[in-house]
Amino acid sequence: MISFQPTQDQTLVAETIRRFVNERVVKVRHEADESHQLPENLVQEGWSLGLLAGWIPEEFGGLGENHSMVSAAIYAEELGAGDLSLALHLLAPALAGLPIALFGTTEQKQRWLPALAADAFPKLTAAWGETHWDFDPLTPRTQAILQGDNYVLNGQKGLVPLAEDAELILVYATEKGQPQVFLVEKGASGLNISPRERNMGLNALATYEVQLENCTIPRSARLGGEQGADVKKLLTYSRVGLGALSVGLARTAHSYALNYAKERHAFGRAIAQFQSIAFMLAEMAWEVDAARLLVLEAAWNMDQGHDGLAQSALAKLYSDEMVLTVADRSVQILGGHGYIREHPVESYLRNARAFVLINGLGMI
Amino acid sequence: MIDFETPATIQKQVDLINNVAVQVMRPISRQYDDQEHDRPWEYINVMWKSGANAGFRGKSPKDIDAGAGESVMKYRYVLLMHTIEALSWGDAGLYLSTPGGGLGGAAIEAVGTPDQKERFLRRFTEGEPKWGAMAMTEPQAGSDTANIRTTAKLSEDGKEWILNGEKIFVTSGYMAGEKSPGLIVVWATIDSSAGRAGMKSFVVESGTPGMKVARLEKKHGIRASDTAAINFTDCRIPFDNILGSPEVQQSREGNKGFAGAMKTFDSTRPGVAASAIGIARASVDFVHEHLEKNGVPVRYDLPYHRQSAVLRDVLRMEAQLRASWLLVLRAAWQMDAGFSNSMEASMSKAKAGEAVTWITQKAVEILGPEGYSCKNLVEKWMRDAKINDLYEGTGQINRLIVARRLLGYSSKELQ
Repeated sequence: MISFQPTQDQTLVAETIRRFVNERVVKVRHEADESHQLPENLVQEGWSLGLLAGWIPEEFGGLGENHSMVSAAIYAEELGAGDLSLALHLLAPALAGLPIALFGTTEQKQRWLPALAADAFPKLTAAWGETHWDFDPLTPRTQAILQGDNYVLNGQKGLVPLAEDAELILVYATEKGQPQVFLVEKGASGLNISPRERNMGLNALATYEVQLENCTIPRSARLGGEQGADVKKLLTYSRVGLGALSVGLARTAHSYALNYAKERHAFGRAIAQFQSIAFMLAEMAWEVDAARLLVLEAAWNMDQGHDGLAQSALAKLYSDEMVLTVADRSVQILGGHGYIREHPVESYLRNARAFVLINGLGMI
Repeated sequence: MIDFETPATIQKQVDLINNVAVQVMRPISRQYDDQEHDRPWEYINVMWKSGANAGFRGKSPKDIDAGAGESVMKYRYVLLMHTIEALSWGDAGLYLSTPGGGLGGAAIEAVGTPDQKERFLRRFTEGEPKWGAMAMTEPQAGSDTANIRTTAKLSEDGKEWILNGEKIFVTSGYMAGEKSPGLIVVWATIDSSAGRAGMKSFVVESGTPGMKVARLEKKHGIRASDTAAINFTDCRIPFDNILGSPEVQQSREGNKGFAGAMKTFDSTRPGVAASAIGIARASVDFVHEHLEKNGVPVRYDLPYHRQSAVLRDVLRMEAQLRASWLLVLRAAWQMDAGFSNSMEASMSKAKAGEAVTWITQKAVEILGPEGYSCKNLVEKWMRDAKINDLYEGTGQINRLIVARRLLGYSSKELQ
């Protein structure tokens, strides 16, 4: 029966995240963006919310709940409303955890899933995106070739979060024309991690380029073993996760601009009292809502056991455009002040542009 | 719990409407676009007899209940949105000529007394096909409804209201006021110095002396629907035909009359959006099938650089369409759940009006000469779609409503 009302549990968790954002994240996000560094305790505090432990099976220390993409989308929106760098940092372990939970062999699950339910922030991540403009998530240029009892990987990955310290990197590569995923552990021969990237946005998120030069890993390190993994499925998770994060970012940009427009006076009244500003704020509001509904519908389809491929594609396409427009409008509403880094809106705009190119960074 | 499942009872109704759309509406779609002021009786009779419009606005809740079962009452507005969407996929002009209470019926339902509901709405469930209409707009006053000049004065004996003025853009005004024993809800002022507070609504029954259809408009689209200009010259109606309780209605304090009109729009605006979306879905379906037939399948797994410009456009059209539809469903669900939805209703209307204008224009662009040609219906859908960004509040007026709610501003603070 149709309903747009989250469950009590979902509302409760969302409120908890919102409180964390309002009390802890808002006041430090500017400094984190400027210094390119998240406060260590903030990551630990965020991790302590236990957002990923729910769907980890009980035998690995989790709560053994069904993974709900609707819940994930609701929570991701709240994280995205805080700070995108922090959100992606906190979700980095899920980039490895969710694919392993979905497609991993028993051995792979036993080895890696307990960390996701543990108290310490786990050093797991994934390398999906690549450094070239025409990256296709379903046919990465990175190649995997089976040689005897080993896989040999060759390629160059980019925008890999937290790669430097990672104990495990899930590497997406093309094997015989099909996308597959490989578990590459720290110190694997032929695994090289470049110095930290510098990008237009996501300043506080440590991302790296990762080179695989004849990187050799055991045959058993393919995700799902002989079965392999359904990367198209993982793409839908990524699309919905990123879509939800973008809704959160846009919501925050909109509310900042709205509050500013009610405070800022020109020609004897608040600028929000001019239609040119008020109409922008109205459009931004329904665009955020529309994107949220598309994301939730795609998530709901996945929870129902449908592939969600079309819905997630439309949700991602829509929210990519929406978040950029909303962030841009929020800068516009602040005028010249929006261009000054003391206001957060210019950072929202820099971060918003990332969504079209960070596929693979939003898996939850 | 968040749930996007369409209830089975609604799906059944949608399937039924879909048959009507394919078998009855589409075959005559072009004909009634060409012959603008002919009445589409083959469609009208089917809708009146089959009860395919159960749940349609203007029927009293009791009758809907009898027609569709009690469980449907829980999502009456969601059902209504699906019904309007599916009919408009068939043909929006024909949908607008569906017999029933229309906007007039909706107004009576929203603010009428139980006695008025019985007296005025019963006709829409029995006998021959009938229409209800709403007359608000005047030549000098569209969205600026407080500026209407039609007057209602009490007769000397206090038993009648006397209406004088000129109304335009009355959807189904001809069918409601002259061609069937229907009715028109007319907005008039009982005190032109009182602005909105003086505005009241009156039910004028079909054929009342002094009410005359002056002309039928020739339109860009939705030509199967009549749009009438109506003159009122010393048109006398019974005292009890003032909508709402007479005590409240005669009060010159507050603006309950105007609030009544706005309350009506809260429930009808998502309906306009739903109609818009039906038209746009027809366009998207056509483009989809045309591309498939010509070896350009729509795919959802290609990155940007591998999408053709056409595919990119189609994906954006689909996303815009779906986004608009979900905003409509949310507004309707809010109505059903008893939540206030003025802002969300206007959001869905403004968004859909703009989105479908773009989508249907894009469909003509993609199909080129095949889209522009009257051999296909795509050009007609582009013309039909545009009305949805204009009537029942232009996109701009709805932006104003959304913005005021969002910012907590009165109509004085944000003009």
